[in-house]
Amino acid sequence: MEQFAPVRRSKDGQPVRYLIVDDSVFARKNLARMIETFGGQVAGEAGDGMTAITEFERTNPDIVLMDITMPQMEGIEAAEKIVRQHPEARIVMVSSVGYQENIVAALQRGARHFVQKPVKPEVLYEVIKYVLGEDGSVAHAAGAGV
Amino acid sequence: MKMELIQPFINAADAVLAQGLKSPISIGSLSMEEQTYRRQGVAALVALSGDIEGRIIFDLDPQTAVRVASRFAGSELPESDDLIRETVCELANQTVGNAITALNDAGFHFRVHPPVLHTSEHGMKGTEDTEALVMCFETSIGNVFMNIALRYNLRRQGERTAAAGS
Repeated sequence: MEQFAPVRRSKDGQPVRYLIVDDSVFARKNLARMIETFGGQVAGEAGDGMTAITEFERTNPDIVLMDITMPQMEGIEAAEKIVRQHPEARIVMVSSVGYQENIVAALQRGARHFVQKPVKPEVLYEVIKYVLGEDGSVAHAAGAGV
Repeated sequence: MKMELIQPFINAADAVLAQGLKSPISIGSLSMEEQTYRRQGVAALVALSGDIEGRIIFDLDPQTAVRVASRFAGSELPESDDLIRETVCELANQTVGNAITALNDAGFHFRVHPPVLHTSEHGMKGTEDTEALVMCFETSIGNVFMNIALRYNLRRQGERTAAAGS
């Protein structure tokens, strides 16, 4: 898999910590592999919106990658509940359902960005850099780069 | 056969498979089915409800599913029942999600239900107003079957027509 220049937290130079929320283990594994190529770290995983909320409280991640269509509680509702409690939360919706009203609903309820499946690593990498803003920095390690 | 319903699914499957497998895809066979669906391998079913109702089934043999998962992941993955099930379900999820995005942009509204494993030998039978199309996508690592049975929700269609006329 392609390697990217590592993205670190600006405040301490540590790897960016991610919470991955998707009811598909296969999708979670794929996202976890991409995150590794970005120099990130998986802080936690959840298979539904309810678990995502408790995992967010437990892990306090830098970024949440959140699917939309999930059992028990869907991703947009979970994002809204997380952001209500933690306005600083950075949530990126990752879904195959990418029509406009879905995207608008997610953004209105607190998500920072939207990435459509199938996820292209280079697209997710750019979105993560954008969402982190000044709180993230790209470490130009030897041999790494896009 | 109403191609305006079917074409987005063909386009989406083609795009999802081509991107994930990083190789060209061709449609090997395409047929209308009036008989009940007979499962080929491991199958995942996604149900739709709303302006359009019905279901999509993705069907792969287990070895193809492992090869697909490995290509999507970018590394060889060990075969397991979980991996096979997950791969078929996620393939269905991504294809249907992309297709309904296109249909939604065309004005149709519906709800997608999470994929479930289709374990019985047979699926739903096509009816007079439910097109059932079976197609085989030929890839470099095996065949992927997609079975589509969709129909317009006549009640919703009537409401849309009435709204347009008022």
